[in-house]
Amino acid sequence: MAERVTIFVDGRPIAAERGATVAAAMLSAGIRAFRHSVSGEPRAPLCGMGICFECRVTIGGEPHRRGCQTLCQDGLEVSTT
Amino acid sequence: MNHSADVVIAGGGIVGAACAYECARAGLSVTVIEGAIIGGGASAAGMGHIVVMDDSEAQFNLTLLSQQLWSERVAEMTDGVEHLPCGTLWVAADEEEMAEVRRKRAFYSQRGVPVEMLDSRQLAEAEPHLRPDLAGGLLVPGDSVVYPPVAARWLLDRCGARVLTGVPIATLDDNGATLEDGSRVSGGVIVNALGAKAARLMPSIPVTPRKGHLVITDRYPGFLRHQLVELGYLKSAHSAGADSIAFNVQPRRTGQVLIGSSRQFGADHKGIDQPILSRMLRRAAEYMPRIGSLIAIRAWTGFRAATPDHLPLIGPMPGASRLWLATGHEGLGVTTALATGRLIADQITGRSSPIDAAPYLPARCIHG
Amino acid sequence: MSAPAIVVVGAGPAGVAAACRAAGCGRRVVLLDDNPAPGGQIWRGDRQQRWLARLADSGVEVRCGTTVSGLELPGATTILATGARELFLPFPGWTSPGVTGAGGLQALIKSGFSIAGKRVVVAGSGLLLPAVASLVRKSGGSVVLIAEQTSAMNMAAFAAALLSRPEKLAQSAEAALSLLGVPYFTRCVVESFDGGRVRLRRGNAIFECDTDYLASGFGLVPNTELAALLGCRLLAGAVEVDEFQQTTVAGVYAAGELTGIGGVEKSLVEGEIAGLAAAGAVDEARALFGRSRRARRFSAALNRAFALDGGLRALPRDETLVCRCEDVSHSRLKGLASWRQAKLHTRCGMGPCQGRVCAAAAQFLYGWNDQSPRPPVFPVPAGLLADPGSFEGEPT
Ligand SMILES: Cc1cc2nc3c(=O)[nH]c(=O)nc-3n(C[C@H](O)[C@H](O)[C@H](O)COP(=O)(O)OP(=O)(O)OC[C@H]3O[C@@H](n4cnc5c(N)ncnc54)[C@H](O)[C@@H]3O)c2cc1C
Ligand SMILES: Cc1cc2nc3c(=O)[nH]c(=O)nc-3n(C[C@H](O)[C@H](O)[C@H](O)COP(=O)(O)OP(=O)(O)OC[C@H]3O[C@@H](n4cnc5c(N)ncnc54)[C@H](O)[C@@H]3O)c2cc1C
Ligand code: FES
Repeated sequence: MAERVTIFVDGRPIAAERGATVAAAMLSAGIRAFRHSVSGEPRAPLCGMGICFECRVTIGGEPHRRGCQTLCQDGLEVSTT
Repeated sequence: MNHSADVVIAGGGIVGAACAYECARAGLSVTVIEGAIIGGGASAAGMGHIVVMDDSEAQFNLTLLSQQLWSERVAEMTDGVEHLPCGTLWVAADEEEMAEVRRKRAFYSQRGVPVEMLDSRQLAEAEPHLRPDLAGGLLVPGDSVVYPPVAARWLLDRCGARVLTGVPIATLDDNGATLEDGSRVSGGVIVNALGAKAARLMPSIPVTPRKGHLVITDRYPGFLRHQLVELGYLKSAHSAGADSIAFNVQPRRTGQVLIGSSRQFGADHKGIDQPILSRMLRRAAEYMPRIGSLIAIRAWTGFRAATPDHLPLIGPMPGASRLWLATGHEGLGVTTALATGRLIADQITGRSSPIDAAPYLPARCIHG
Repeated sequence: MSAPAIVVVGAGPAGVAAACRAAGCGRRVVLLDDNPAPGGQIWRGDRQQRWLARLADSGVEVRCGTTVSGLELPGATTILATGARELFLPFPGWTSPGVTGAGGLQALIKSGFSIAGKRVVVAGSGLLLPAVASLVRKSGGSVVLIAEQTSAMNMAAFAAALLSRPEKLAQSAEAALSLLGVPYFTRCVVESFDGGRVRLRRGNAIFECDTDYLASGFGLVPNTELAALLGCRLLAGAVEVDEFQQTTVAGVYAAGELTGIGGVEKSLVEGEIAGLAAAGAVDEARALFGRSRRARRFSAALNRAFALDGGLRALPRDETLVCRCEDVSHSRLKGLASWRQAKLHTRCGMGPCQGRVCAAAAQFLYGWNDQSPRPPVFPVPAGLLADPGSFEGEPT
């Protein structure tokens, strides 16, 4: 059975399988807006493979990290903008 | 496809556009010939810092007049010009550089430019991401930042000059320009505003390309508040011949951080020179340790048009009857473009200028 | 261990095959990939894969989570296998959460996104659409319909070509079976997406349906940025190579999707050839030429079958955004002369995706062909640019 980990998105705990990406875990938890575009539109992952940069979130205090290229680790802090 | 105008301007960078703007406003018919894209040369590669300089009386007068003209124009310009009135903060690392701060303060104050001296603590408050042990700085609040390609485009759109783009000029002569497709544009006055390429068509002009590197980051609103320039800058950057780098970072209105700067002679290829880029970024990280963690989106290079005495060439070409120059602006051409346009239009129409045009006349270093 | 390492960029099928074959010749091989695990697009999250098992035993040094910026000191021998990305075309609503790529949704599901209980409309073009639909079904989601822009006639011609490729046929037959009951419409395009409602046009008929997700992709675009930066010549948007997968730059090989979209068979055989050729096993490489030519023929048939209909250019409205990083609309772009002008005058393509999404769309919409990549090929922390290391050295 796959191991479960918990990440925190804007302070809210989200359970995910180890090996899942942050983007996948956030989508599964029903999060619709990963970021807001320069004109204020909500945006969510488009490409799932690291090239569109729509899944950018702040991870461990570092802004503009791609959620789809980052694996979930227990206790990881993520924030949307 | 041949035609003529009172003034033919070769080059659609910020300098050519500013010349076109002022000439058209003076009632002259103007044609601008741009071989590639409006504002796509050095004007797209540079930092767009509008800065009043104190390295010579002539440079001061030109940059101050330009700054005044910029602040009149930006109010009308489109949003895309990304004007940011962030001021310049000259950063002093140690006591020796604080002496330079005091000298600068005296220079600007005596000439009516508002400035404010910051001690170590005030500097840290003004720019929290600077490393804490710096000595202080000088804030020049009137300086600002723009995005030159859009400003160039605005100047041309606004003044109604005729703009020909896409076909480079093959030759320039006293009567006009011959384009690479063989067509001919003739004019009463021909202005060479080809930036760092000015000497390609007129080899006797003492303009040489001086390469620079820049890096831009993703958006980090609030990370940086002022254009920051280290005070080692003047010492190192103008040391003739040698390659140099300096801490010179700029906040963009987008929230991006533009990281500079470097100066190289003799490098004629456009590619990145990794050793220079590395030195430049390490220097930036020495001053702002966090800068290394910002996501860099792009690195590129550009060429400044350098003259032997660091002053631009503005006015008639010695030995020619109707060829004029507006080039050689080195690392200040965005700032000084507007005053350049003004001086060119004044001289062509015989109007008087707000400042003495003599220090910039090509005749000072070109003998016809 | 005295010969310098062969460096492979990209750990999809092409890169994995190249690395394994080169290592099999006794060479030290370093394999770099931006993704958290090897596998590329098709083997994402697939731990059973035969080639990945082989990779694990090959002695290849695999460094995942390593973004190659293009500023590193290249090694003496480099194999580029940077694959492809999806082509996204703008239509009203395509920037809303709920709209993903087709391969994009597949990649997200493979990375752990649970689609169970959700409705999905799959749209766009290409063989990826049924594959995505099938994965959605397998993962407990429901597929409302598949909207394929090409015609049934083009598909039939392609199916005929497939007959000479039995394993492909088996694959698509399987997909077709598992999709039993899912409407598969040809000549059908999404006109707009608005808060869960999709508006479609099929021929001249307009209809609407509700969905939780819209997965939309119009085929693939080779990731040529790194190759271009290293000076490799491109031909029609792909990296030009000879039979040994050698590019126009000495010591640089290219294999897989970046030499032309052709699917996993093409990537594998080209990867094998590149790995062998780079390691100097010329005869073994030559023995694979027949397979590689067949894969290229398949690829040509594929590209003909799913060629994009010009009518797709009419999808964006004036206010529809084309550049999603800088929010630049169609109306601001459509009159411009070139990609470079768009960048300089509107900021289109100046954001963090560096034009990976909008440049290909703009090329299709406006016919602009003047892209020239600048380093870094991927955004990386500024500190990494200060110290990019070398392709084969320790990652920084
Ligand atoms: C790294 C760097 C940082 C800088 N930072 C600043 C700064 O912060 N502040 C500041 O004030 N200045 C700065 N500068 C300097 C400034 O960018 C230039 O001085 C200024 O842009 C020059 O404008 P220009 O119109 O003379 O030249 P360009 O913008 O180069 O325009 C010349 C035009 O001529 C065209 N052209 C060339 N040859 C032909 C031909 N044969 N036919 C037709 N057209 C032709 C080119 O395509 C080009 O568009 C910087 C420069 C660099 C390189
Ligand atoms: C989203 C998507 C989904 C797909 N799904 C399927 C499918 O279900 N079935 C199918 O048959 N085909 C699918 N394909 C087609 C796929 O391209 C091929 O099947 C096959 O994966 C191609 O192999 P490749 O090795 O050429 O490239 P890829 O598999 O694309 O591998 C390229 C690798 O290079 C890495 N890379 C690229 N640039 C850099 C860089 N600068 N630094 C570091 N690493 C880099 C990428 O992260 C990637 O892992 C899909 C394609 C895409 C884009
Ligand atoms: S979803 Fe596109 S980069 Fe992450």
